[in-house]
Amino acid sequence: MIRFDNLRVRYPGATREALGGATFAAERGAVTAVVGPNGSGKSTLVRALLGRISLDGGSVVIDGERTVDLPRDRLARMVAVVAQREEPAFPLAVRDYVSLGRFPWQGAWAPPTAADRAAVAHALASADVELLASRRTDTLSGGEWQRVRIARALAQATDAIVLDEPTAFLDIAHEMACFELLAALARAGRCVLVVSHQLNLVARFTDRVVLLSQGMVVAEGAPVEVMRGDTLERVYEWPLVVSRDPAVGAPTLVPLRKPHPPIL
Amino acid sequence: MPRKAWFALVAVLVTVSLLALMLGATSVAPGDVWRALVGGGTDDATRAIVRTVRLPRVALALLVGGALGMSGSVMQATLRNGLAEPYLLGVSGGAAVGAVLAVAMGVSAPALIALAAFGGALLAVAGVLALTRAAGTRGDTRLLLMAGVVVGAFANAVIMVMMATATPDITRNALWWMMGSVAGAGWRDVVLLTATLGGVGLLLGHRARELDVLALGGDTAESLGVDVVRAARRFFILASLLAATTVAVAGLVGFVGLMVPHLARALTSGRARATLLASALGGASLVVAADLAARTVRAPSELPLGAVTALLGVPFFLWRLREGR
Repeated sequence: MIRFDNLRVRYPGATREALGGATFAAERGAVTAVVGPNGSGKSTLVRALLGRISLDGGSVVIDGERTVDLPRDRLARMVAVVAQREEPAFPLAVRDYVSLGRFPWQGAWAPPTAADRAAVAHALASADVELLASRRTDTLSGGEWQRVRIARALAQATDAIVLDEPTAFLDIAHEMACFELLAALARAGRCVLVVSHQLNLVARFTDRVVLLSQGMVVAEGAPVEVMRGDTLERVYEWPLVVSRDPAVGAPTLVPLRKPHPPIL
Repeated sequence: MPRKAWFALVAVLVTVSLLALMLGATSVAPGDVWRALVGGGTDDATRAIVRTVRLPRVALALLVGGALGMSGSVMQATLRNGLAEPYLLGVSGGAAVGAVLAVAMGVSAPALIALAAFGGALLAVAGVLALTRAAGTRGDTRLLLMAGVVVGAFANAVIMVMMATATPDITRNALWWMMGSVAGAGWRDVVLLTATLGGVGLLLGHRARELDVLALGGDTAESLGVDVVRAARRFFILASLLAATTVAVAGLVGFVGLMVPHLARALTSGRARATLLASALGGASLVVAADLAARTVRAPSELPLGAVTALLGVPFFLWRLREGR
């Protein structure tokens, strides 16, 4: 459903391309993860999808249409994005905040329709934030806020949802719950694309993994195919081993220690 | 926002407006105010005081406050910053340069000074937009804020140089203008500002949901289908237009655009359309009350309106802050 086609991006003044011809696709009914070290171009992919940076080549294609040719409001009805960081300028009630996910579907003056209200209620329930609905966004914990943001994206009722490091501030339970939610969304037929540093969770929950390094796709496929010790060690430039999770059999990465030289 | 709060906002505005029509060098009873307004039986002198002297002044104060409150709430949402206000961002500085320049060149007709102020404000806004375009970062509203502050500082420097080299007479005139006043209110000003506030207000109401989304920040707004750069520029221009028109008819009336939106947000749910309307109502009440105080406290001499808004507004703001905790 979302295809990145030979995408090239170079930031002004940068010595090398942030994306040097990345090509891969994320399909409906699956969770696709993009992993890779810091600076490998993961967030640039998301920014390219949003149209926030100009492309030096290639395109992002959604359901056969290039994003640059799509009107913004149509794109917003096809793909929802949970960006890496977000802070509203002024606090809102959680329900009002989640309702803003309906923006691409609403006219200027008309009050919320039954469909709007149903989508918001469904989003609050799916992200398990119904109990927070009347809280203000500035009173939420990091984990609550992250789930509320996902609810806002769900209220957008799009076929595809893209999340940039959604578990960055979450504890183990919320991290697991978040990935369970993403898996459930994929089972419900949505296209889920998640950028993550949590390789072990990615290995357990996702259907496809795309490994980026220096703006290029260096490995792509099922988690067992991508999560190979030699590949990851080379890409992350750190000694590590990949074993099997004894409980679930998924590949598990264990970074090894490499002592820092003594500080005098 | 609860209906009670809306009712209270309107009731406060009606009350201060009525008081402003009643009080002054000659007090007029509420009944006589009503009869003078609807053309019933009062003496000619009372009718003249209410209709010709006080009504345009109260109307202009109301409109200036409404426009500044609305302008401030748009600026703060657009620039995602609670310190943003129409005057901080070059509008006031540009207008002041225009007006002081006109005064210094010997212009004395108020309409021409107003025109010069309006032109100066628009030039400053154009300067801000040109600066952001030259810097060329996409969708970063912080840049707009920076550019506004820079243009404002430049304008202040120009004013200081002009004041330092002007005759005391010109300096005094310019100073009075910079402190704001609705004393010279005429119906032409009222009509001009009504048209601007009505037109811009409708446009803003029409785009209020976009303003809500813009306040979430660039990436999220963009993902919801808003062209952040264009939308921010459009809101900035509309808010500046409101502020520039008030500056042209009443000089610089500070504080309203900064503080009133904060109070409005605390009263409302924080959604843009409600905040815009509440800011307009609150700003209107504040400026009508401030003008009433400015002309009655030390009558027959008048206090500068722009200072009284702050003198009245700050304690009220502090009280709200305590209540809100």
